[in-house]
Amino acid sequence: MSEQIPQDLQYTKSHEWVRALPNGQVEVGITDHAQSALGDLVFVEVPQVDRKLALGEACAVVESVKAASDVYSPVAGRVVARNEELSQKPELLNSDPYGAGWMMRIELEGKAPALLAPSEYQQFLKESE
Amino acid sequence: MGLKTPLYDTHVSAHAKIVDFGGWDMPLSYGSQIEEHHAVRRDAGIFDVSHMCVIDLSGARTREFLRRLLANDVGRLTVHGRALYSCMLLPTGGVIDDLIAYFLTESWFRLVVNAGTRPKDLAWIREHAAPFGVDVRERSDLAILAVQGPTARKKTVALLTAAHRATALDIERFAAAAVDSWFVARTGYTGEDGFEIMLPGTDAAETWRALVAQGARPAGLGARDTLRLEAGMNLYGNDMDETRHPLESGLAWTVAFEPAERDFIGREALARARASAGERLVGLVLEERGVLRSHQVVSATDAAAGAAPLGEVTSGTFSPTLNRAIALARLAPGSATRVLVDIRGKPHAARVVKPPFVRNGKPLIDIQ
Repeated sequence: MSEQIPQDLQYTKSHEWVRALPNGQVEVGITDHAQSALGDLVFVEVPQVDRKLALGEACAVVESVKAASDVYSPVAGRVVARNEELSQKPELLNSDPYGAGWMMRIELEGKAPALLAPSEYQQFLKESE
Repeated sequence: MGLKTPLYDTHVSAHAKIVDFGGWDMPLSYGSQIEEHHAVRRDAGIFDVSHMCVIDLSGARTREFLRRLLANDVGRLTVHGRALYSCMLLPTGGVIDDLIAYFLTESWFRLVVNAGTRPKDLAWIREHAAPFGVDVRERSDLAILAVQGPTARKKTVALLTAAHRATALDIERFAAAAVDSWFVARTGYTGEDGFEIMLPGTDAAETWRALVAQGARPAGLGARDTLRLEAGMNLYGNDMDETRHPLESGLAWTVAFEPAERDFIGREALARARASAGERLVGLVLEERGVLRSHQVVSATDAAAGAAPLGEVTSGTFSPTLNRAIALARLAPGSATRVLVDIRGKPHAARVVKPPFVRNGKPLIDIQ
């Protein structure tokens, strides 16, 4: 089955996606590949608003029936919003990973790091198969 | 590339996620394992469990041999077709495997053992069968389909002729019968009613399709694990193994100490273990959000800093029926009713309960 990789997002090798918002903040979630590999998600822990995140810091946890997995911050910055709905409906990460399953919004600190373009992420998935 | 059951291609064409299980390429799920779980609790699911190993034992002294080999007593099997769950033990009392024994005729018993333990089981059984002149035959020609759930039997017998249907519906719980070319057992690993059908591997794919057409939903190993754990059933390798005996694995009920003169392998060790309070396997229900997993450490709620933990989780998961994390855990002797489980460095409150958690679609544990 082919996994979705939207063209308007950027990606990490740890399977997070990053959406640039018009106000300069970024929205972060996990990719379709990640949710598919994890299986049915039953528990999601997202960071508190105002928490400062370092680049690559483990900042959220997603647990499926099978396994727990850390989510790493793809940027450095401050959490300005988190998806409160996920605590009651973790399955949104399965059903709509790039939309209703968003995890947090972050105000960048400093310059945005280099992330993977959609084609690079696709290539990365292909190589790690 | 692992071993494949006769249904491998069927799973792949149903877009199953395939994983290695004991050297076999098996379906983990066909989409949502939680939906598969609910299908079994509410209607019917179908599992390919052909990786499990069917062993036929034959010879005049088969019953005598099994009374030596197994911790449970096949002397209790007096009616043809009846089944018995038992552990097969080392002299130390450690569990080599758990299995089901079916009494078919006085000179023919059938065992079904786990996939991951197949080689060592066969070697052990052959070694001990020889002095009894019992013939040991692995039936790798057979596939096993488990059809489980409240409507599983109805859906299965719909495939049979009227005469065979009556035979199949007459099978009592934990018993089996030959039905045409099938061997049908009313057993399972889900806590629901249903059948486990052993049939020629060459017929497996067609029968699978027919059962799916009847409305049995394909379910994988993921759902099988959450179902068995809700049902309070042990998984070999997690909840017991060669280093653990049945009395500390929640399986005391499967050890037949009576009659006292039956000299089964492991008896002496178990008799010694029985004389003192040892560790025990209990159920846990997590009272907070999170998921219990095997090897998480369990401590007393009032434990002083640096105190030894009470034990650890042997199998943990998220229970789709209870919408809570549940687990089996092996704890030191004592009567703790509440404990703390370390989940990624943070203590989480859990309640100690007596499994099973769910049976026949109904929660047996109060969830506040």
